[in-house]
Amino acid sequence: MRTAALAFRIALILVITSAVPAIASAQAQPSNTYAITHAKIFTLAGNPIEDGTVVFREGKIIAVGAGIDIPAGAQVKDAKGLQVYPGMFDSITQMGLREIGAVSATVDSTETGSYNPDVIAATAVSPSSEHIPVTRAAGITEVLAVPGSGGFDSGGSNGIIGGQASAIHLAGWVIDEMLIKKSAAMVLRWPEIETQTFDFATFSRKEKPYSEAKQEYDKQVNEITDWLERARHYAQVMEKSSPAKYDRDVKLEALAPVVRRELPVLVFADRAREIRNAVEFCDKQELRMILAGGAEAYKVKDLLRSKGVPVILRPMLTLPPDEDDPYDRLLSQPAELAAAGVKFAIASFDNSFARRLGQNAANAVAHGLPYDEALRAVTIYPAQIFGLGDQIGTIEPGKLANLIVTNGDPLELTTDVKYLFIRGQLTSMENRHLRLYEKYSKRPKAQ
Amino acid sequence: MKGSTGFFIHAKDLRFRNLLFFLCLPLAASAAPPDAPSVIVIRNATILTVSHGNIEHGSILIKDGKIAEVGQSVSAPKDAQVIDAAGQFVIPGIIDCHSHIAAESINEGSVSLSSMVNMAEILNPEDIDIYRDLAGGVTSANILHGSANAIGGQTLVIKLRWGQPAAKLPFEGALPGIKFALGENPKRSNFSVPGQPRRYPATRMGVEETIRGAFSEARDYKKAWDEYNKRIGAGEKNLIAPRHDLRLEPLVEVLEGKRYVHSHCYREDEILMLLRVAKEFGFRVRTFQHVLEGYKVADELAAAGVGASTFSDWWAYKVEAYDAIPYNAALMTQRGVIVSINSDDAEEATHLNQEAAKSMKYGGLSHDEALKMVTLNPAMQLGIDKRVGTIDVGKDADLAIYNRDPLSAYAVVQKTLIDGRIYFDLQRDIAERAEREKEKKALIDKFKKAAEKKPEEKKPDAASQKPGEKKPEEKKPEVKKPEEKPRPPQSGGTDAGSAVTLGGAL
Repeated sequence: MRTAALAFRIALILVITSAVPAIASAQAQPSNTYAITHAKIFTLAGNPIEDGTVVFREGKIIAVGAGIDIPAGAQVKDAKGLQVYPGMFDSITQMGLREIGAVSATVDSTETGSYNPDVIAATAVSPSSEHIPVTRAAGITEVLAVPGSGGFDSGGSNGIIGGQASAIHLAGWVIDEMLIKKSAAMVLRWPEIETQTFDFATFSRKEKPYSEAKQEYDKQVNEITDWLERARHYAQVMEKSSPAKYDRDVKLEALAPVVRRELPVLVFADRAREIRNAVEFCDKQELRMILAGGAEAYKVKDLLRSKGVPVILRPMLTLPPDEDDPYDRLLSQPAELAAAGVKFAIASFDNSFARRLGQNAANAVAHGLPYDEALRAVTIYPAQIFGLGDQIGTIEPGKLANLIVTNGDPLELTTDVKYLFIRGQLTSMENRHLRLYEKYSKRPKAQ
Repeated sequence: MKGSTGFFIHAKDLRFRNLLFFLCLPLAASAAPPDAPSVIVIRNATILTVSHGNIEHGSILIKDGKIAEVGQSVSAPKDAQVIDAAGQFVIPGIIDCHSHIAAESINEGSVSLSSMVNMAEILNPEDIDIYRDLAGGVTSANILHGSANAIGGQTLVIKLRWGQPAAKLPFEGALPGIKFALGENPKRSNFSVPGQPRRYPATRMGVEETIRGAFSEARDYKKAWDEYNKRIGAGEKNLIAPRHDLRLEPLVEVLEGKRYVHSHCYREDEILMLLRVAKEFGFRVRTFQHVLEGYKVADELAAAGVGASTFSDWWAYKVEAYDAIPYNAALMTQRGVIVSINSDDAEEATHLNQEAAKSMKYGGLSHDEALKMVTLNPAMQLGIDKRVGTIDVGKDADLAIYNRDPLSAYAVVQKTLIDGRIYFDLQRDIAERAEREKEKKALIDKFKKAAEKKPEEKKPDAASQKPGEKKPEEKKPEVKKPEEKPRPPQSGGTDAGSAVTLGGAL
């Protein structure tokens, strides 16, 4: 037992220390140069370019504009009548971590236990998940794989620190080729004051006095505080010489970038009270907070703006939290947040429904969000929120060539993605669904 | 929570519901049904009739809840209420062929044959989801029992007449139905109660035998009654009648063609299985629900004349949904099956127009074919197409008005009419919000005040209770939808922590 545990620890340490984002760029890149020509290019970094050209080489954009010279030897895609956009970024998914929700053997998204800062999504992302090409075909070129973020698979786990989320391209033979940023955020599920719980043994609701619920809540918040304070001390001791001694502790080590403000915390909270508590907590602890969920973010929009807390919104296509909320409560929230100056991205919070990302953004537009803001909420905003704004999210020289070529508005239901480039490589649109469609289209008529 | 099989319940969700449960009652109860002006005229609209093409700048005249005229111009009386729909699109009200709204509970999951229970008896006209779905253009819905049993409960079609009592919800004259379920849900693959033995059936083989067994009994039962009625009819006296069996009577109605079978299913093999069983016992399957592998046996479905009611793009939430493809609706349509897109979920129902539109992208159906998936086709599947499903003279004035082409993610419902009454009006909804907020705040203040007044109320102990005095009954919170469906968008996120796998509906 002990040996196994030790081996596990060593393995973990190896994984943590050996994998750094730099590896991704060190992988063999295609040397080919591409030029997409005669397209309407929505760079999201300025006005759309009519009859434009975008050129990329070694995975990176080298030029974009009208009347640009095409380098000799470039592969040219004539995109006359088509449009080019940055690929979409779904910033909360369980991509590669969950294949079939109901089958636990295919699910690796949530660890047991409450505090797992050391687990990293990238470790368990299956590059051959069928979800990846299906999602890609919807124009999504990169996602954040987020442990402990939900879905239908968590089986009652009450994790608080869920682990590290990884930003990945939706293409690559092995995880190292997929990585954009191995550790992009630390997941924290903010505790709730739960006066009512559901007991599945008796299938009934259980009531709890407020004081008792508050006590449990305080206990959890104290635990989080304790973890952070230990991590802070640990980080200081490891950095400077100190009479204090620590054995190496991979959990505290994982939290060190959080207390140093190098790694943001992705805090899951939906109700106004929880959001407020979390914002105040992170402020006091001097953490870089990103709010996830935010069903009632509109109620605390001024606080979010003043503290500069960005939000990853759950899908607009979700019923309002309360019976007496207006029917369009979540649909109209993005417009309200945008008007209040709160920065937000829109995410699917799922795998199977990741391809509804554009649909959700479009529904926000239908309920008042300016179109350009919707487009940014699924491209450059999530990139900026997770510190990847210099790599992806717009079409500008120096950025990774994660692009989609479409026959229309990428948020609209009926638009097709014609070509998709990830890290400058033309990437197949083939996927499980298309395969089955083609197979059964060809079934001879039954007798 | 979505429907049926997947079943996951989110404790948090339940909590949310309950939190404002008491506060909400007065609000919900105050929703009065709209007045019914005798004559309404909708003008300047783009009318998508579904039956006979599109009419630009058209008008619809509604008299006594029915469509009286449709065309470029109509002869409206001067005192008609006018809806100016300039720049807007009118379609037949959306029909959801698989819904669990307006129901107090969904699954009688304790037995494998629960045909004695009836959704008609547990309608909840104050379910806010009725209103939310109205706001998504839905006018009629097939209210189904869950999928925990091979043969489930009795079902009915309702109109979403928000503000009317339960007795006014049923779609008059629509044939009732019964829910069947095949595959993982009835065999409880994803559901177990600790300490309880597994329920029969636990395999697809057993599911078939459960249905065959039930119909064998039903056939004998029918024979006994037929013989009894025949002999009574022939004048025989003092004949002892067979005992009534509430489980078998709905199945006899199925055998007699008086009750539709709506069968939940996923895999191709179980679809063909039920078709064989139906043939053996001489009944018809009216619709296959979900039928995510319907595309694999589309020819067989078409030959059997059975309808298919499916999801737009759900997949991978369980093994039997792993071969689900968004091309399913288009492929079945192209092979001659009548296909509808359903919701199985109150939220999904709010954008069925969008879900239908996806069949144009996945499989290349026409605009008209796509629109039929949520209007005429479900009407045909439910046997109510003489009354609803298209915009034609003589049909019920069940209409949805959008601000643009409804097969777009940018379309928003402006008004929803049922029987010529405006049950949803976006402008009115927005205008009333301030008033509702005020009402809510007043209620909360009242409760707060009351709480402050008597901070420590004495609990009546048993001793002080007078004999014969009834203890105030403890209100048990209603467990809504102990179902099971993964909700697409809703399920994500922090709920994860409290999500528990049950067994159920989807």
